[in-house]
Amino acid sequence: MTSEAIAPKKSIWAKITQSKYFVYVLISPLVLVLLAYVIYPMYKTFSQSVMDQEGALSFSNYINFFTTEANLESLRNSVFISVVSVITCAIVGVAMAFLLNRYEFPGRKFLSVLVLVPMALPPLIGAISFYFLYGETGIFPRFFQQIFNLEEVPFSLEGIWGIIMVHTFTMYTYFYLSASAAIKGLDLSLEEAATSLGSGRLRIWTKIILPMLTPAMVASSLLVFMISMASYTAPLMFGVQRTMTMQITLSRTNGNLDMSATQSTVLSIVSIAFLILMTWYQNRRNYQNQSKGTGVHRTEVRSPIVRYLAVLLSIIGVVVLMLPIMVIALISFAVDGSWTTQIIPAAYTIQHYVELFTDPDTWGPIWNSIQMSTVAVIGNIIFGVAAAYAMVRFNFKGKAFMDILIMVPWALPGTVVAVNMISAFSEPSAFAFNQVLVGTFWILPLAYFVRQLPLVFRNSQASLIQMDQSVEEAAQSLGATWWHSFRRVVLPIIMPGILAGTLLAFVQGLTEFVASILIYTPSTMPLSVGIWNKMYSFEFGTACAYGVLQTILIVIVLLVNEKIKGDNDTGAAF
Amino acid sequence: MKSVRLEQITKMFGKSRAVEDINIDIKSGEFFTFLGPSGCGKTTTLRMIAGFYFPTSGKIAFDNEDITTVKPNKRNIGMVFQNYALFPHMTVFENIAFGLQVRKLSKSVIREKVEKAQEFVRLVGYGDRKITELSGGQQQRVALARALVIEPDILLLDEPLSNLDAKLREETRVEIKRLQVELGITTVYVTHDQHEAMAMSDRIMVMSEGEVQQIGTPQEIYNKPDNHFVASFIGESNILEGTIKEVSDNHVTVDVGDGILLKGIRENSSPHVDIAEDKKVSLSIRPEIIEVGKGSNSIQGKIQLTEFSGVSINYLVKIGNHELNVMIINSGSNILERGDSITLSIPENSIYFMSEKG
Ligand SMILES: Nc1ncnc2c1ncn2[C@@H]1O[C@H](COP(=O)(O)OP(=O)(O)O)[C@@H](O)[C@H]1O
Ligand SMILES: [Mg+2]
Repeated sequence: MTSEAIAPKKSIWAKITQSKYFVYVLISPLVLVLLAYVIYPMYKTFSQSVMDQEGALSFSNYINFFTTEANLESLRNSVFISVVSVITCAIVGVAMAFLLNRYEFPGRKFLSVLVLVPMALPPLIGAISFYFLYGETGIFPRFFQQIFNLEEVPFSLEGIWGIIMVHTFTMYTYFYLSASAAIKGLDLSLEEAATSLGSGRLRIWTKIILPMLTPAMVASSLLVFMISMASYTAPLMFGVQRTMTMQITLSRTNGNLDMSATQSTVLSIVSIAFLILMTWYQNRRNYQNQSKGTGVHRTEVRSPIVRYLAVLLSIIGVVVLMLPIMVIALISFAVDGSWTTQIIPAAYTIQHYVELFTDPDTWGPIWNSIQMSTVAVIGNIIFGVAAAYAMVRFNFKGKAFMDILIMVPWALPGTVVAVNMISAFSEPSAFAFNQVLVGTFWILPLAYFVRQLPLVFRNSQASLIQMDQSVEEAAQSLGATWWHSFRRVVLPIIMPGILAGTLLAFVQGLTEFVASILIYTPSTMPLSVGIWNKMYSFEFGTACAYGVLQTILIVIVLLVNEKIKGDNDTGAAF
Repeated sequence: MKSVRLEQITKMFGKSRAVEDINIDIKSGEFFTFLGPSGCGKTTTLRMIAGFYFPTSGKIAFDNEDITTVKPNKRNIGMVFQNYALFPHMTVFENIAFGLQVRKLSKSVIREKVEKAQEFVRLVGYGDRKITELSGGQQQRVALARALVIEPDILLLDEPLSNLDAKLREETRVEIKRLQVELGITTVYVTHDQHEAMAMSDRIMVMSEGEVQQIGTPQEIYNKPDNHFVASFIGESNILEGTIKEVSDNHVTVDVGDGILLKGIRENSSPHVDIAEDKKVSLSIRPEIIEVGKGSNSIQGKIQLTEFSGVSINYLVKIGNHELNVMIINSGSNILERGDSITLSIPENSIYFMSEKG
């Protein structure tokens, strides 16, 4: 074989693959998907917000927005709720983290498992349980009303403070987890060194512990603020209409689509600004090498009084943490309509669980959600993994921008994603093969796909970054084509990460409520909307049975993921 | 076994130049080593031979066949990576069999070849082990078996010993050399460890900052370093600067200051140095060549520092403004102390002339 004979063929291939622009060919499908289902819908909403009735460019909607008291109040409320939620979550989460990581007291182990329970509650179920427990007709207010023989309930959770309570309960875990990680990473010898140098407790806190916790606190604060701004379920449950998300849906139901688009755009801008802030902050602190932790030393609580107090507090903690799940479980056995003015329902049955799987009407939403979630997750795997691969393996212009773009759907409130979908796909669009998607089966899987893409992307990306790149090169050097090595080497290695992300995406699809409620069609009603509708028609039993089902699924997925993570850790030990 | 030729290879990463103008001819069956400090471009050059990078300019040929831009999976090379790069989700057997499966050999042939390879690297009976259940040295041998079982034309190794502890490193080094000699396979070996390079290689290319400093056999590199860098990177050397006083047919006399004249043999000079009267020149003198007692090039000095290492005694001797490292094999005789006077002599044929520093 002479080199001249084969040289031309090689050089053409080489020219293509070596070209600076080849990578753009590879990432173009991803760009197309992001363009079609993230940017284009966002743009449609935006363009609707800056157009007047005749279709001319106009800022009248924005002038309108910023001069209407209802809108301003909603914006103020949303910001207020978010700020207070950050503070309360931080207090609860950090206090729990210190308590459980630094002190030894009876019941600590049990409490440190239960402390994560809120993560297993679907958002809608969390809000409903608070309503059942502490709402105006809830168990506790009625209990106190009856034992003290009062005319009215002595207290009840309502309004903005109700929302904040729900937020605190469901989101303190973000602070708890990041603060725990930081505390485990605290080098105790630093503290001991400081003590030996004569530093007092206060000095140690301000000079050593707090600075070490700051990065975790900042990141969690940004996250909780963002999620609180996007919160829709809690305001809906407590009937607070003056929040941004509620206003968006209200404007829609009142037929004021332009205002709804304007409100969505304002909320999008806030969310994306926070996303950029978070990305920036995370990149900035990348150099900070979190140490593995040097075996946490726990202070034994000795004084008997403090000990009793600790036990008492533990018990209260356990009860508070378990009550939401317990009340949902309890009511899932309640005969529908049997709970009127009693403290707890009067009659019980297992009928709701039987119906879940035998009554076609009750089974319908479950099956719908399974189907739609599956479709969405298949798309997530294909594009999430491809995007992660492109982002980890290639360098190209606009990579940083792509990184943020992929995460945008994660930052966008579900309400906004739904509004964007409606804006884009209630008329035939090239991106939907010239079909109208709104009102069909496909709109919900598409919304799920968009909302969960970041989750699968991030998990796959993390596994790929961990994977040693030379393994892939080894396969190539042994003669494997790119495709062969991707299939036989890369994919099996990153599979745990993909699986973890996919399972989470799947249950998020099964429990998605916020976007679904705006765009579902009656024939493809998803599970969470089913729960909401049952609540609405006072069929609490069925609603809670659905909720228990969702919770069980989440717990299973969390356990499986924990197992995957565990296996993977030992596997990567060499 | 194929030969490898690199012609005027330059590789840029963006605006920064990783290697420049590399020219090598690696003979079929040769053990050729790239040696140099970290960051000097060894890996970059090796990866161009493997096909993971394409050169910015220049040509690479295997047996006269231009493969400059051929993809790595079409080059039939065997590569051993610094961190082994074993497939963590496969057993030892599956790892070794991977390249054979890619080549679509029959199951029975694969089994036979893998077993032979296991025997070769002394891992018989380890086939079903997971990679994580192996020690570092065993993982290294799996990596070798995996690279060799495909009967590559060229074997490439990138610092294969750097992740092993000292004892294993010695053992594995011998093992690699044994395999290479038995198979007669053309081998390109990357290391920053001069002892490794000296012990294993047929020829060494010394690199620094992306440029070739010298190519030669271990003896050539050690005894006849082309420049300061090579002289001081390979082993230890005393480097003295001076001016040529006198040139005769086969002798050169150099004034190194303080009235000290050193006489050497003219042909012991690097090709790059200009031997003529009044020219500046550098001298490389290995510490172990310097003798104690009178002889040619006798000089007087005072001991500054004494170091006893068992095998040898190392003196730092002050002579005028120079300090010379001297290494004497320990023969049980008296050890001199700091401040003692010492007479040294430097054999004429052990002074090597290089061009002036800079
Ligand atoms: N992929 C790359 N991108 C940019 N610079 C690189 C890359 N690989 C190597 N370099 C640079 O090229 C130089 C040579 O690196 P390398 O070949 O890895 O050195 P060695 O293997 O001798 O330690 C170094 O300065 C290194 O930073
Ligand atoms: Mg290297």
